[in-house]
This record gives sequence, C-alpha cells and structure tokens, in this order.
Amino acid sequence: MSTINLIIDNKTVSVEKGKTILDAAKKINVRIPTLCHHEDLCVAGNCRICVVQVEGSRTLTASCSTPAEEGMIIRTNTPKVRNARKDIVALLVSEHNTQCTTCYRSMNCELQSLSAEYNIDNNRYLSILKPNITIDRSSWSIEKDDSKCVRCQRCVRTCAELQHVNALTVSGKGKDMKISTFMELPLNEAICTNCGQCVIHCPTGALTERRYFDRVWEAIGNEKKHVIMNTAPSVRVALGEMLGYPIGTRVTGKMVTAMKRMGVDSVLDTDFTADLTIIEEGSELLQRLKKVLVDHKSSVKLPMMTSCCPGWVKFAEHIFPEHLGHLSSCKSPQQMFGALSKTYYAEKKGIKPEDIVSVSIMPCAAKKFEANRPEMNSSGFRDIDAGLTTRELGLMIKQSGLNFAELEDSAYDSLMGESTGAGVIFGATGGVMEAALRTAYEVVTGKEVPFKNLNIFPVRGMEGIKEASIKIEGCLPEWSFLEGVELRVAVAHGLINARTIMDEVAEGKSPYHFIEIMACPGGCIGGGGQPIPTNEEIRNKRTQAIYEEDMGMPKRKSHENPEIKKIYKEFLKEPLGEVSHHLLHTTYKKRNHF
Amino acid sequence: MKTSELKKVDIIFDCVQCAPIEVVKKSLAMHPDEIIEQIISSGLRGRGGAGFPTGLKWKLAKEEVSDQKYVICNADEGEPGTFKDREILDLVPNKVLAGMAICAYVIGATEGFIYLRNEYNFLLKKLIPTLENFNKNLQEIGLDFTIKLFSGSGAYICGEESALFESMEGKRGEPRNKPPYPTRNGYKGKPTVINNVETLVYCNMIMRIGVEPFKQLGTKDSRGSKVFSVSGDTTKAGIYELELGIGVDEFVNEFGNGDTKAVQIGGASGFCVPRKDFANKIIGFEGVPTGGSMMIFNSSRSMYNILKDYLEFFVEESCGQCTPCRVGTQQLLKGIEAVKHGEMPSSYLNQLMKLSETMKVASKCGLGQSVPNAFSSIVKNFKEEMIY
Repeated sequence: MSTINLIIDNKTVSVEKGKTILDAAKKINVRIPTLCHHEDLCVAGNCRICVVQVEGSRTLTASCSTPAEEGMIIRTNTPKVRNARKDIVALLVSEHNTQCTTCYRSMNCELQSLSAEYNIDNNRYLSILKPNITIDRSSWSIEKDDSKCVRCQRCVRTCAELQHVNALTVSGKGKDMKISTFMELPLNEAICTNCGQCVIHCPTGALTERRYFDRVWEAIGNEKKHVIMNTAPSVRVALGEMLGYPIGTRVTGKMVTAMKRMGVDSVLDTDFTADLTIIEEGSELLQRLKKVLVDHKSSVKLPMMTSCCPGWVKFAEHIFPEHLGHLSSCKSPQQMFGALSKTYYAEKKGIKPEDIVSVSIMPCAAKKFEANRPEMNSSGFRDIDAGLTTRELGLMIKQSGLNFAELEDSAYDSLMGESTGAGVIFGATGGVMEAALRTAYEVVTGKEVPFKNLNIFPVRGMEGIKEASIKIEGCLPEWSFLEGVELRVAVAHGLINARTIMDEVAEGKSPYHFIEIMACPGGCIGGGGQPIPTNEEIRNKRTQAIYEEDMGMPKRKSHENPEIKKIYKEFLKEPLGEVSHHLLHTTYKKRNHF
Repeated sequence: MKTSELKKVDIIFDCVQCAPIEVVKKSLAMHPDEIIEQIISSGLRGRGGAGFPTGLKWKLAKEEVSDQKYVICNADEGEPGTFKDREILDLVPNKVLAGMAICAYVIGATEGFIYLRNEYNFLLKKLIPTLENFNKNLQEIGLDFTIKLFSGSGAYICGEESALFESMEGKRGEPRNKPPYPTRNGYKGKPTVINNVETLVYCNMIMRIGVEPFKQLGTKDSRGSKVFSVSGDTTKAGIYELELGIGVDEFVNEFGNGDTKAVQIGGASGFCVPRKDFANKIIGFEGVPTGGSMMIFNSSRSMYNILKDYLEFFVEESCGQCTPCRVGTQQLLKGIEAVKHGEMPSSYLNQLMKLSETMKVASKCGLGQSVPNAFSSIVKNFKEEMIY
C-alpha cells in the first residue's frame, strides 16, 4: 500500500492510498462534521456538510467522498467553508419538521446537534416543510415520518448494502425526492423484514421503532395485572450506553433492580428460553440428521437453519418462500418465553393467564412484529403482550426517576429466571451455534465439546460468513449413526450474507448441516433496537461484554440449567414432545416478493 | 442562412452528401496519438457547455488500460432553449456516428451508445436504419466498433455525464462523486469518453478538413465555431453556426428586433446578459460560455417571471440527492416569490445571493453549481423587477 502525504490545516498527515480526506482529517484529530456519512455504509457525498477547501479548487470538496491525493493542501475552517456548512444546516432545517420537543430522537439527533453547533438562528430560511405529511405507522415495528427526513439515504444504503433487502428506496426528484418503498406501499406491505437497521442508521427521527412503553406503564400501574419482563441477552451489555456508561459495560444487576423498582412484578431472563431453544432446536437437529442419514427421508430438509431471529425469518418468507422447510420449527426465545409465561409460569404461580402481561425487552425492532404475528397465541393468549427495545427500556428507567448508577445489583426472579452462559451468547453472532454445539456434542458423545474452556472461536467474530466443522467421535450407542460424521456448520449475520448462504441452499449445493443466521450485523448486539449510534467499534465492545458475561457464569451449557431440567420434568416432559410441539414450535408463511 | 457582417460558418451541416465513413477510413490509417495530437492542437472544447478540451479527454481515456472501453454520444439535450443536437442528429447523423467511430479507434473501444433524449424518440425512425447501415460500413472497413441506441426517460439531470451512466446502468439517474472521472470510471465502471453530439461532429470535420480551417476561427480559448439555438423575441429563431468569440452586441444586432433587453446565454443554467453589457461581453469561454442556447428577451418581458420559470424548472429537475441543490433551488424560488409579494424585505435577496454562492461551491454536480448563474445575473441586473 502506498502512502499519501497531504496537509490539513497546516498539519502534515500521511494516509494509505484510497483513504478519503475525511479519514486523513480524523487521523490528526481534525473533526469535520458529517451527516450522510456512516462508517457501516458506502460513501454517498450527498449532504455536503463535510465540505472543505482544497487549494486550487474552484468549488469546495466533499471530504467524505474525495480520496486524499499527494500534496493536497486542505483547509477545513475558512470563512467560505463555515458559511457553506452553516447554509447547508440551515437548508436542512428549512425542510425539516422542527418540533424537536416532541421528537423521540431529541437529544440524540445529528441534525439537532449540527444546528446547535452552527447556531443558524441568524441565517434562517423560509420553511418549505411539506404540509400534510402522514406518518406511516402501518408496521408493528417501524414508524416512518418523512417530515423529519434529511434525505441522507443512510436507510436506503443500509437496506441495500447491509441487508440486500431494498425495501427502502428513493422516489421522485427535485422537491419531490423522498425515501419510499416499492410502489409507495405502506411498510407493513413492503418487503421490509423489520430488522430496524434503518432505524439505528437514521440520523434523525424519520425512522424510529413503534413505541409501546406507555402501554407497559399502564399495565404496571394496574394492580390487577401481573407484569413480567424478560430481557434478551444483548440488552444487558448495551443498556448502559443509554444511561451514561461507557460502551460495553455490563449492567445486568442494576438493570434487574431498576425494573423491579419500576414496579415490574417479576423480572425474568430470556436467556432461560434461549437455553430451552438449544434443547428443542438441538433435538430437532439430531432428529433431522437421523431422518436424513438413517431413514433417507427426502421430505426432511438439511441444512437446518435457526429461527431465533424474526428479521431473518421474515426475510426467508419473502425471498425464499420455497425453502422454508429448512427453518427450524422452534419459536424464538421471546415467543417460547411468552407461551410459557401464560402456561407453566401461570400454573406454578397460581396466577390466571389473562392477568399476566408478558413484556419482552429486546435489542430488536423485528421482535415487535414477531410478537404480533397472529399465530403466536398457542396458549390461548398472546404469547407476548408488548415487545420493547433496549432504547425504550432506557427511557422508562429515566422516566422512573431512578439514579441508575446508585442501584445495587440484584438477581433475576425465579421461575424462568435462571440461565447459563450458553443462553447469554445468543446475543452475539455465532452464539446460538456455539451454545448448540456445546450441548449437542455432549448429548451425542457424553463428552464436552473439544474446544478449550468451551470457547468455540471459529464461529465467533465479525466475518460475514463463518464456517466450522467438528468430527463426531465416540458416540453414545443411541447416536451411533453419527459416528465419524463431520458436522459442518455455518454462521451468517447481516441479511446480505444470509442471502449468499441461502442462494446456496436454494441451489441444493449447501455443504452444511446446521446454519445460524442473524439479520443484524454482529447479531443481536448490533440489533435495530439497540442504543444509537451503533457501529463496528461499538458492536465489537458489546460482543466482548457478552463473552465476558458468559465466562462469568457458573454454568455455561444449556442442558445444565437446573430450571430447564425442572421444566422438562414437571411440564414439558420431553424435547419435541406434545407440549413442546404445541407451545414452543411454529410454522411459517410464504410472503410476496416485492 | 445568408446574411450580413456576422461571420456565419458552414462546417457542421456542410457537405451532406459526402460520406463521413470515408473520414473514418482515412483516420484508421493514422496512429491514434496523431489523431489526439490533431484534436488537441485544434483547440476544440466540449460543445455541451462545460468546455472540457476534447483531445485531452480522448487522451486520458486512451491511456487507461482496460478490457473494455466505451464511447457515448450525449444526445440528452435538455437545456431550456437548445435544440441544435436535434437538428444535427436529424440532418447529419452520419457525421456524429463517424465522430464516435474515430474516437473508438483512438481509445480502443468496441462499443458505443447514443443516449437519446426521450423527447427525441421521433428521430428514431430515421436514426435506426442510418445506424444499422453505418455499423455495417464500419465492419466493411474493418473497425471493430458497434453503436447502439439508448433512450433516456426524460430527466434533465441525466444529461450530466455520470447520472447518464447511472441511468444507462438501469439505476436512478443521480450524479456520482468525482473523482474518479468518466475517462477512468465511466459506464459500467469502464473508461468512457462521453461527448456532446456537436463535439463529435467537429471531431469528424477536423479530421476531414484539417486543423487549420477550424483553428482560424474563434479566439485563443474558444477555437472554432459553434451551433447556436436562437429563440425568444426574434424573427430569426432557429439554428445558426457562428464563429466563437463574437460580441453579444454583434449577436443582438443580427438577431434582435431592436428592443432587446437581455440575452440569456447558455439556457436556464447560463447567464443573463443585460443591455448595458452587450458591448463588453463576448460569447465564448473567455466571456459567456454556452452550450448553444441563446434566448432573446424584449423590454416587454418580466425578468422576474423569467427567473421564476427557470427556478421552477430546477426545483423539478434537481435530482434531489444533495442538500444545496434540492433545498437551495426551492429556497431561491420561494424567496423571490416572498420578496415579490412583500412577505420578506428586499434585503432578503442579499441572503439569497449568498445562498446561491453556497450552491455554487457546495453542490455535488454541475446542475446545482450552475443554478446560481441565472439567479445572480438576473437578480443583480434586474433587482427592481424582483422587488416591485
């Protein structure tokens, strides 16, 4: 790689060839404001806020989209540059719905920060905000308010590049240019997977999750209702960011205390049903392997693919409707939790299921849609009554007036509150696979999975598609058909990678037995319901915290969870049994391709 | 087309009968570098309006190493007030095709396209057989180059070269970030020469008549002649090939009807020259550049209405991706309306002038960068008409 030398604000800086002026400026701590730029996405160069003066150039230059060149002399803070930036901010504000006080993203909005920074008060333009913009609230998961859109196209690039879904697209030109969907369909009819990546990449309040926390407050305030909250694995490593903690801080104990102090009747752990998922899904995998390898049943599909992620499930329903047989029939941990909260939990606690309000705290936007899928009521009641995001929980904690930093740690409540490290790692890409292997290998061979400290590194990390294989040796008698089988697995995160994997499956060329797929980059720690901003560095820190949490757990294999043993003994009887089948498994539907 | 003192030229439409394929044949006998040398020394600059030296463009594309290169003829003639490319394609299409073929030989392209403005689809009836015939002729003389037609979809912005590529690639017609420039990264990411219709004809003609007759015309920075589309308050509306570097006063004397108040040179994205400046401005790259559009306005015309029309055009035709252009055009329009209606003080025009400066320096492409040309030249020269 050759090196380029240039001068920015009188300082010499060297960068690799191919780096932009913006990269070079960052290197010497010259901050250039950006808006359409996002580390996760390709360059757009369309907001123009990052313009700088390159000596010899008639016009200003967008630093985010212009490669650094040898000998460039750049000024980032001339009157011309400042005026242009100020004008650009003022222009964006002039087409913006500036009702910041009522905006969900107030205090965490990039346009708001920029307009404060540039103080555009004396440089205002007439408002050209279009009247009668209606907010699209058709989706259970995502709300789209064009009056707050700055047309940076971060959402469009996210949907195209990270997810390869292209639900969001640009329509119209000139004054009518806007972010839309195919044929301007409402979001609930578009091909949207509800992953929420557009939400965490949106700089303003144009794309947000549908909020349900007011309903939850209402239930908490209703004495007749018994409110249960379950928290997903990755919430505990990200919530702190909402409450002033450094990125990657684990706040599990304080989070549980806060929820109890808020008046939640029982604070439980989705990790419990993550462990349960491993037992059910692991059994399903072994059953499928047997049916294919021994019984040669062609109707049984391999590879089996995980179904924990509702964004991925809906993606498959839209794009690969002919191949849904590959998806595990297991409900996601959230839905398993919900179904059991209205049956097992209700029975044990002696509470009428109709009085239970089951709330899940998720790093996710798609979980809201999943909770509202019509079939998710196998107990006769809705599995989950409300799905909230990490952000909504953060807001509720703020609203409750608690001094979070001063809270003591407490443990999850009992019955469905106990979990293992295997449940925790569901929050990171590769985690479900690792947890499944820790259990399945041991079930089949009676021995621990052959990786030091149970850490299966090949399935960890941020590579888009990861592969691993384990040779199964020394099988217990009932699993002898697996003796010598090289179990091949793959892990993909980000739907663009899911598509690559799935194309292979659709062609019948997939070499794997089991595949884990998560819709969001990095898995749930990078989910659409997580604190904003989210970028690669942040995802890495949250992931690290997840694995620390795993290492700190006394039990790290799902099948060793005592509450799991208990629920099979007392309620479910056996994996894939009749009760499981009724409550914990589900079906999928074909959806439109546009 | 015969008149008076004004030096009229007859290169573009001259010699309709002689076969341009012969010029291609003649060029094939030369070394590509020799051809580039001739085009460079002719001083020919792009006739679409921006005026990039044509020979240099060819040279840059030739120097690129690539398995595939393209030659594209930009016939997306959308600038208000210009219609010369239509006439050229209608009357002397073979000269355009020959220009493309010579370029293809020089840079090493095997495929070329004419990006035809959607509104010009009526030309296809004649153009398609001409093209088929010409492609056949190219085969006969042994040049591995085929020209195809691509019909645009009616967006003004697609005349911008990189938006044109996007459009051809089936994407939304939005300008790309530059650099890289088309000669390195053009259609489908390959080195591409994209020239205006008229430019290609001049290339062909320079190869036919030689550099000197061309070079003798015009001025130091604006060599040769150019085809103008004359419209507005004139009895001589039409297409004229004139020497570059003539004074605006000479032009008005020839085409005006005695009451000319202003000439809009270069279309909606060009400059407005008021009567007081007729004598000290020339038409050319040293003075007022133009892609060909010459709109003449009499004193009965409201310059406010003219500017408003232009701005309404840009408010529609901006692609909308970059802030200065998308919002700036709307603010300029809304701003002059507000001042006219007394909703904003006349001093607001000063803020709008500053805004137009921001658009000029911060917009992503030539569209946003040139909207201020018309705006500032009209507001500056006809301020009273903006207010009262």
